Amino acid sequence: MKAMNRRKFLKGSLLGGAAASVIGKSKNAEASATFGGYPDAMGVLVDLTRCVGCRSCEAACNKEQGLPAPAQAFDDLSLLDHKRRTSEGAYTVVNRYEIPGQDHPLFRKIQCNHCNEPACLTSCFVNAYTKTPEGAVIYDPTVCVGCRTCMVACPFYIPAYSYSSVLNPVIKKCIFCYDTRLKFGRPPACVEACPREVLTFGKRNDLIKIGHQRIQMYPDLYEDHIYGENEVGGTSWMYLSSAPFDQVGFDTDLGTQPILSYVKEFLTVVPMVLTIWPALFAGFHLLATRKDAQKKEEQSEK
Amino acid sequence: MEQIPKYLLSTVIAMLLCFTSYNNFAVAGDGPDEVEIDSLAQLYEPVYFDHAMHEEITDSNCAVCHHHTLGTEPEDENCRRCHAESGATDEVSCQGCHAGNRFEADYLNKIDADNTLYHRDKVGLKAAYHIRCMNCHEEMDVANGCQDCHARTDAGDKFFHAGNYAPPKSDKPAGGGH
Repeated sequence: MKAMNRRKFLKGSLLGGAAASVIGKSKNAEASATFGGYPDAMGVLVDLTRCVGCRSCEAACNKEQGLPAPAQAFDDLSLLDHKRRTSEGAYTVVNRYEIPGQDHPLFRKIQCNHCNEPACLTSCFVNAYTKTPEGAVIYDPTVCVGCRTCMVACPFYIPAYSYSSVLNPVIKKCIFCYDTRLKFGRPPACVEACPREVLTFGKRNDLIKIGHQRIQMYPDLYEDHIYGENEVGGTSWMYLSSAPFDQVGFDTDLGTQPILSYVKEFLTVVPMVLTIWPALFAGFHLLATRKDAQKKEEQSEK
Repeated sequence: MEQIPKYLLSTVIAMLLCFTSYNNFAVAGDGPDEVEIDSLAQLYEPVYFDHAMHEEITDSNCAVCHHHTLGTEPEDENCRRCHAESGATDEVSCQGCHAGNRFEADYLNKIDADNTLYHRDKVGLKAAYHIRCMNCHEEMDVANGCQDCHARTDAGDKFFHAGNYAPPKSDKPAGGGH
């Protein structure tokens, strides 16, 4: 009798545990379900094996976006001697990486990767950012208050700030040439300028297929990975490389979850804490102190 | 921004004239002696490609540049899977297969609409030139800089902020920060 009871007890607790874990899982799965991007979003596949670091893309970007004249000519390759970041005057820059064991350096163009679920967008409290169905992450500088939260949020350190502007400093970054090209179905200026088609423009879904096809055809050349296919929930700009990605300046520890998913659970609690908690605890306090209050009243009546 | 090079396709197509319907295999020497490539005419002067000289260098192996289109066996083993014996094609010029409008909506839509197309990832004309020419030049250890092949025009200098449009020299360290 006793044994049966124990067995029943164990069985029940196991079932309960299993049920709890299933519920837990499905809950997790729901929380991690990602948007995955607009179906017809465009993108660019950057093939580092083709880049020779000519900086034509930088020149094209400067002209297209009407950026200030550079401090050094765009055919001055001495700039590649040190690592650069995007800035208010350069929405894209090329860096050179010496690869141990390889005769040739690799060159990596950086710009906004136009995430499917951008951290900059979700972090912006004035909603300056928009992810367009064409794939671009654009922003409205007229509502930007210059808080720079997006600069902190971006996992790729891309948004720059117009520190040079005294009166109205705002965020500055690559917008995929949205205003002048992408929304009319044309490729961004850097893509058109690239002499060696390092940059392949097309539907993001097609580019993923193309990327895997290149890897399959030349397995000795490419790393078996498309950077940006899944990183931080997927990005519109993706990379192929012949060297391990951490050797060409990529952060390989970003994971596949959109940055938003790390803070979503916390952020959903914020309104509750701010609205329900004060009323709730004020209620507790009143209940707890009710007797004291009554006593006081009775005493004062006496 | 004004258009970066629209491909004003005027590559000499004399090679086609040498074909007859009986002549399935092209013979080195059938090609043009020189090809003028001026598809980047806005930023760069035309390139005068010495076709005859390159025939010599490649030992008259047309496949080095023309893949399988002259009936020669292609070099890349991936290509040989289908094109080992596919014979000569009607079209042998670079621009015959490599599109000048590689990223324009028309071209992308055309590829998109054709599910059976295998060569979906075929580089455009400009990349076909640069990848073929530069990779070989690097292998042969010969001149490989941008202006070694095509001098920049005035518009090109302006585009690169170089030459007459070069920024004044400054002592500031190069590169940007945030």
